Amino acid sequence: MTDVWLTIALLTVFSAVIRASGPVLLGGRDLGRTATGVIELLAPALLAALIVVQTVGGDDGLDVDERIAGVAAAGAVLTWRRNAMLWAIAVAALVTAGLRALL
Amino acid sequence: MRALVDHPSFREGFRSGAPIAVASLILSISFGVLAEPVMGVAAPIVMSAIVFAGSAQFGALAVLAAGGGVVAAVAAGVLLNARYIPMGIALAPSLSGGRWRRALIGQAMIDFSWAAAARSGGAFDWRFMLGATAPAYPCWVAGTAIGVFAGDLIGDPEALGLDAIFPAFFLSLLLSGEASTGRRAVIAALLGAAIALALVPWAPPGVPVIVACLAALIGLDRAAKRREAGELPEALEP
Repeated sequence: MTDVWLTIALLTVFSAVIRASGPVLLGGRDLGRTATGVIELLAPALLAALIVVQTVGGDDGLDVDERIAGVAAAGAVLTWRRNAMLWAIAVAALVTAGLRALL
Repeated sequence: MRALVDHPSFREGFRSGAPIAVASLILSISFGVLAEPVMGVAAPIVMSAIVFAGSAQFGALAVLAAGGGVVAAVAAGVLLNARYIPMGIALAPSLSGGRWRRALIGQAMIDFSWAAAARSGGAFDWRFMLGATAPAYPCWVAGTAIGVFAGDLIGDPEALGLDAIFPAFFLSLLLSGEASTGRRAVIAALLGAAIALALVPWAPPGVPVIVACLAALIGLDRAAKRREAGELPEALEP
């Protein structure tokens, strides 16, 4: 039980420091055009990576399952209506759940 | 505080954060369900309240559940949270005020709100980000409590396809986000996805996403091109 609380305490401190690091060390500074050219591409790169990891990632590496079809269906919805976020996630869950019930 | 909450950006962020708050609630319920047998009743709720990081919490929990020690659990959590370092660096130039204030704003970073607050040209609307995180936080903590106390009443989240919700969210953000327009952004996204896909099968959880951040370095090329075109001065740093 102590292990659990120690883990929580340490993870709290590390997480807070990690989240504060950039804002504290570099806050309010203009990092220059070179850095800005990189920063403006961080959001698309990170989002795309998160999509991949959460679609085919598991506890131990690759885990290919019904999520792929769900996320692909969400992609189809979004191609049709770019701002249909709620429809996209509803379709993703429905398709994934449907396939899991069938297969 | 009053001025922040009344600010149009905060309100707009709050509205955009409502759907992700619902998703957070569902995800945190499953965290509570999984955590209760390993961590007991109070610890998961406290963890959600003060760590407030989904992937890191699940990662640390998985290590503890498998009988791993404190060091391994914390290391897993830190690795899964390490992406907040580049995210924080990107956010930093858009923040003003003293150190403590900036450190506090940094605590409000979650994937969704950070990405949704990204504007073109590398700027971030931090008020929007705070607004988008605001509804997610109470839902995350409350969901954990629901999972801990009433886990048996709720079915298997995976049977409901709920694990497909977050990637679908991020996909819609990627396709509609202001920061992901333009050819460069598309290339960065494809490269980031390819790096992550190549690393997922064998790298420890958390690593694929961090390495994928390197895809943003193609932005260096753009800066070089601008300099060649005479749009930028030779010396960029003061």
